[in-house]
Amino acid sequence: MATVEQSDGTLGAAPEEGVRRRDFINIAALSFAGVGGLITLYPLINQMNPSADVLALASIEVDISAIKPGQAIKTLFRKQPLFVRQLTPKEIGEADAVPLSELRDPQTLEQRTKPGHKNWLITMGVCTHLGCTPLGAGEGEPRGPYGGYFCPCHGSQYDTAARIRKGPAPKNLEVPDYSFKSATVVEVGKAAK
Amino acid sequence: MSFPWAKEYQPKHPFMRWLDQRLPLPRLAYGAVGGGYPVPRNLNYWWNFGVLAGLALTIQIVTGIVLAMHYVPTDAGAFDSVEHIMRDVNQGWLLRYVHANGASFFFIVTYIHIFRGLYFGSYKAPRELVWMLGLVILLLMMATAFMGYVLPWGQMSFWGAKVITGLFSAIPWVGESIQKWLLGGFAPDEATLNRFFSLHYLLPFVIAGVVILHIWALHIPGSSNPTGVEVKAAEDTVPFHPYYTAKDGWFAAFCLTLFALLVFFAPNALGHSDNYIQANPISTPAEIVPEWYFWPFYAILRSFTADFILPAKLWGVIAMFGAIALLFFLPWLDPSPVRSGRYRPTFRIFFWLLVADIVVLGYCGGSPAQEPYVMISQIAAMYYFAHFLIVLPILSWVEKTEPLPSSISEAVLRGKGKAADVPPAHIGGASPAAAE
Repeated sequence: MATVEQSDGTLGAAPEEGVRRRDFINIAALSFAGVGGLITLYPLINQMNPSADVLALASIEVDISAIKPGQAIKTLFRKQPLFVRQLTPKEIGEADAVPLSELRDPQTLEQRTKPGHKNWLITMGVCTHLGCTPLGAGEGEPRGPYGGYFCPCHGSQYDTAARIRKGPAPKNLEVPDYSFKSATVVEVGKAAK
Repeated sequence: MSFPWAKEYQPKHPFMRWLDQRLPLPRLAYGAVGGGYPVPRNLNYWWNFGVLAGLALTIQIVTGIVLAMHYVPTDAGAFDSVEHIMRDVNQGWLLRYVHANGASFFFIVTYIHIFRGLYFGSYKAPRELVWMLGLVILLLMMATAFMGYVLPWGQMSFWGAKVITGLFSAIPWVGESIQKWLLGGFAPDEATLNRFFSLHYLLPFVIAGVVILHIWALHIPGSSNPTGVEVKAAEDTVPFHPYYTAKDGWFAAFCLTLFALLVFFAPNALGHSDNYIQANPISTPAEIVPEWYFWPFYAILRSFTADFILPAKLWGVIAMFGAIALLFFLPWLDPSPVRSGRYRPTFRIFFWLLVADIVVLGYCGGSPAQEPYVMISQIAAMYYFAHFLIVLPILSWVEKTEPLPSSISEAVLRGKGKAADVPPAHIGGASPAAAE
């Protein structure tokens, strides 16, 4: 730093190829301190990431045996609402009938469900606009003109595959990582780390 | 402040000039810890410990703020949240061990800093206020460390809180009420934890404020030095930067290496295993001891065993607080005109006797309250007070001191037979002679 600039010939050995021993020591010491300082920042910053006990609750099991076609439940996954819905054949038909070119975030119902479980629509209940919880999963809640979910905050409308159809939301409702442990039990968030 | 030959801050870059006219912060830094602060050229390694104490305070504040993000000051949650930090929070074990051992590091360097002041007479005029502000910092540190030790809510935390607040119950008439007021109850409880957490977070910033006053007061006359002879001319000083920034930097790196050894290889060496048992109000540990840095004072507290006009308990409390209060009067208890112990042969003997005395007190304070430790602490406590109240005042009258050098540069260059343009000895001395 300033030493290099300020120190004159009286401070160090005779100049050799323009770099004095003192310059080298100076730069080496300051670099070492700088790297050490940066490494020190790592635990100070990383401590704010989710702790081990929070991550341990990052996957849940959901029993879906009581959900009848046309019904949905809300549960909590990582402190956020999770919608589990069994679609009726009519709803599946509606979802399949929509051409992908009409969609803002083009995805088919197959891509949003698991093979052999096309009737099980499992999504986060978090509107992709600003994070409100859309209506439609609870008994008697409005499902919007497309029969899926309706966000009361800014009027985003989702269809029966929970795809965004109208309103300010940019994306379809997020499908979390999940798998069927059996015909009636779903494990959500297995791939979480 | 500072000396007439101190270099003035002269920013070269147009932006720095622009800034200097509006917010002269770089000017302040340049004059306080930069090239514009001339420092005696003969400072030895004992003069590094002030900067180390500042570093320790910084470490404590940074790790403490981070730990407070995970700590829960409740009766039910405190102990568990500390275990949560140790096991679940990312690198939480490291942060907590650095904070816990950082307290010991802080006290070690501060005690060495104080002993340096005692030996080299740094408390004498014109630096009385520097000394007294330092003592205020020590008292604040003790309060902060004590309250911090209560927060993990282990057995030692609980019983330490009970015993130390119990000291106040020794005060006649109002003592019991004061203890209840401090605890917010009849025994340490959630109210105690909450207020201790609040104050434990607050006080380090108060310490930082007093540190600023301490440094400000120091920079008026400038640092003392091993000869105790005041700076007289430019050749007595070198600029703080790069000379002392480099030396402080190197020594800080050295001490942090030792600190890292403690944190990584013996993190619980200075702690007490009983504090890993959750606080239990109906079971006192077999032996309650405070942290090592309180041992000498704890020994003084316990050395009063018989009532004499006042109850023994009250005498102990008075003596313990008096042991520090006394130091506020040190600049006037030792009026010897010679500042440094280097030129006071008899003082030197008594100084080392005092060091040994305090080590003995510390050893007794960490031992069980039984013979022979009680009797040894009684004798050692008596010497502690005698040293300051009897030995120092008498010494300042009768001691035959050695001749002082006429200046710092004369003392530094004596016997070298060279002119004053020789680089100061410590500049080359700090780096290994090989590899040239």
